[in-house]
Amino acid sequence: MTAELHEELTDPNADQLDHGAASSRPLKSRISEPQPRGAKVHGNRPIDQSEAANRFIAATEHEAMHDARLWDLRQKRDKEMHGIEEWEELRDLASGIKEHTLSKLDYYLELFEKNATANGIKVHWAKDGAEHNAIVLDILRKKGVERLIKSKSMLTEECGFRHFMAENNVEVIETDLGERIQQLDDEAPSHVVVPAVHKLRTDVAGVFAKTIGSDPDNADAHYLTECQREATRPLILSAQAGMTGGNFVVAETGTFVVCTNEGNADLSANTPPLHIASIGIEKLIPGLDDLAVFVRLLSRSALGSPITQYTSHFRGPREGGEMHVVLVDNGRSARLGMEKFWPGLKCIRCGACMNTCPVFRRSGGLSYGATYAGPIGLIIDPTFNVHKYRNLPYSSTLNGSCTNVCPVKINIHEQIADWRKTLAGEGEISPVKKVMMKAAGEVLASPVVYRASLPLGRSALRHLPHFMLYNKLNTWGRKRDIPETPKQTFNEWYRKNRKQQAEGGKS
Amino acid sequence: MKVGLFVPCYVDMFHPETGIATLELLERFGLSVEYPVDQTCCGQPMTNTGCEREAAKTEELFVRNFEKYDYIVTPSGSCTNQVRHNMTAIEQSDAVKHVRSRTYELVEFLHDVLKVDAFPWAEFPHRVALHNNCNTLRNLRIASMTERREEPFSKPKALLKMVKGIEFADLTRPDECCGFGGTFSVFEEGVSAKMGQDKVTDQLKSGAEYVTSSDSSCMMHQEGCARRMGANLKYIHIAQILNGARA
Repeated sequence: MTAELHEELTDPNADQLDHGAASSRPLKSRISEPQPRGAKVHGNRPIDQSEAANRFIAATEHEAMHDARLWDLRQKRDKEMHGIEEWEELRDLASGIKEHTLSKLDYYLELFEKNATANGIKVHWAKDGAEHNAIVLDILRKKGVERLIKSKSMLTEECGFRHFMAENNVEVIETDLGERIQQLDDEAPSHVVVPAVHKLRTDVAGVFAKTIGSDPDNADAHYLTECQREATRPLILSAQAGMTGGNFVVAETGTFVVCTNEGNADLSANTPPLHIASIGIEKLIPGLDDLAVFVRLLSRSALGSPITQYTSHFRGPREGGEMHVVLVDNGRSARLGMEKFWPGLKCIRCGACMNTCPVFRRSGGLSYGATYAGPIGLIIDPTFNVHKYRNLPYSSTLNGSCTNVCPVKINIHEQIADWRKTLAGEGEISPVKKVMMKAAGEVLASPVVYRASLPLGRSALRHLPHFMLYNKLNTWGRKRDIPETPKQTFNEWYRKNRKQQAEGGKS
Repeated sequence: MKVGLFVPCYVDMFHPETGIATLELLERFGLSVEYPVDQTCCGQPMTNTGCEREAAKTEELFVRNFEKYDYIVTPSGSCTNQVRHNMTAIEQSDAVKHVRSRTYELVEFLHDVLKVDAFPWAEFPHRVALHNNCNTLRNLRIASMTERREEPFSKPKALLKMVKGIEFADLTRPDECCGFGGTFSVFEEGVSAKMGQDKVTDQLKSGAEYVTSSDSSCMMHQEGCARRMGANLKYIHIAQILNGARA
């Protein structure tokens, strides 16, 4: 524990306090900035991402750390990219392999089932999250399992798995450190690869102090990790079942591959005799040659490291044990049928689009109020619920950085724009936006009305015309100065200075 | 070669000097340039908000104004991107196709069509940070981007290098979006302003005296942030520098 001392005692230039003064003066509070929480969820009401983002930005220490940490990952990714001459070719290949597999998904799924079954794996099919949870519970009940250790899986987040298990008296222990922090804090992961990246070390110290009894004033990363290890290892050793996700499912060999850096998936899979893997049906790839392409791209894109510490191939149960694979649809086959949005299924969950996204870095992943945050979330979340997530596609400047870091070349920013059109077409657009855009469309369609709406030469109007501001509240001016309005528009200048051409240019 | 000049709505209103510089610059190369006086906007605000139907009449007006020209040139890559890639609210007649394929952002037009190799009248002895609008960078491909493994190139820089006395300031995040994003700047005001402040901070750290760009929209947002922050930075459109502005 670091001692809390008056600054005067450690600063050689300060007037030194004597012993009496130092012990009678109250210590300055060292309460650090409280952690900003995620989006407020009110049933099915549309999530207000910008409200949560504003709170995240107001927590300046958190925002600055989050932005710097993720930008660092992006830079490391760039460095790795420059080390691979055929990087763009690899992206083309990866995209092509995913497209091919998705176009013959039924074939590859059945091929996997056949080969996996031959390897001794029990393959289950779940059409949605509820069915997935029921299948897993059934497997656990048959074996009398009371404690399950699991590694990180976004799919189980989709299924609300942890809460379902809690209701059914099965204790679930997350083994990924970040995911365990989030579990103990009863928060969802804020990022697909680094789930607690929105937290400061002091936040983690607070969570661990409350849940595993660590020193609340010690925010040293080694200390906190060690405390967690001490608290969790006994639980891991006494668990009766382990669960993992799966990064890649290889149809030709009937095997699946899990990539982690902490080795926690291997603990989850290998410690107890029962291993259940929950995997989305889009994770299929044809063969091991194809896997090589993705292994080269995954960790370079995600963390800027050449490969994950562990790339574990699972091909069957150990002697006397059981291995189950639950293949989950949960909206994926419907997405596959969406003309504009099926390429989202190519996603390998590397998180590169989140790391590069300037909006995500300044908002925190929990501001999206959905399982998937950041650019990939904007194009996947509405497929789960168009109404609740209808505002998310607006949480983007359409800058296109996401599309260009994506290792499987998903046209993310184009899909974000397409979602805006699709949702507006279905009436899923906020009335404010709709009314403003209708008005703007009318004004801009008529040169006469447009010219009449301009503020110039009429008064020293400090407000932009409404068709540009779209908003009477003047949100532009809250943190930005409004541009000065010059004496004349270009149009007026042109009519005065190029009289002849102005006549010719009339339509 | 008959050139139609499109001056985007916000340039018309807030930065007429950018429109004037673009016109004069094109005239310096002996082109016959006309500005159709009944023009308004490219339709981007509505399209980007998802309201494609609401953009249709504005797009029709754009095509009526510009269909008679060989080239349509505008000092905005963002508007060019709208016309070239997203003007889909209306039926794709031959006139529409002509306008869409013939609309050029000013730097592209100078670099790729006119293949300009000198601006003898231009001199700008200042330290300048270059900002590329995201649409212009990643959709029009005006320069290489840091996200991709590709040969570095920059059309705006290639042109600016022909300006006497100019010196470039390097940003730590040259490709990072500044947060303007069209209607994003008002609908998502908090994140937009934060991104703008971060961009201005990066520009300040670079030691730049001026910031230049081929898009006024981003700079309007950045300048708004800079003034509120009390940052001593000046913003100038690339057309003005290339046309021989002397600060």
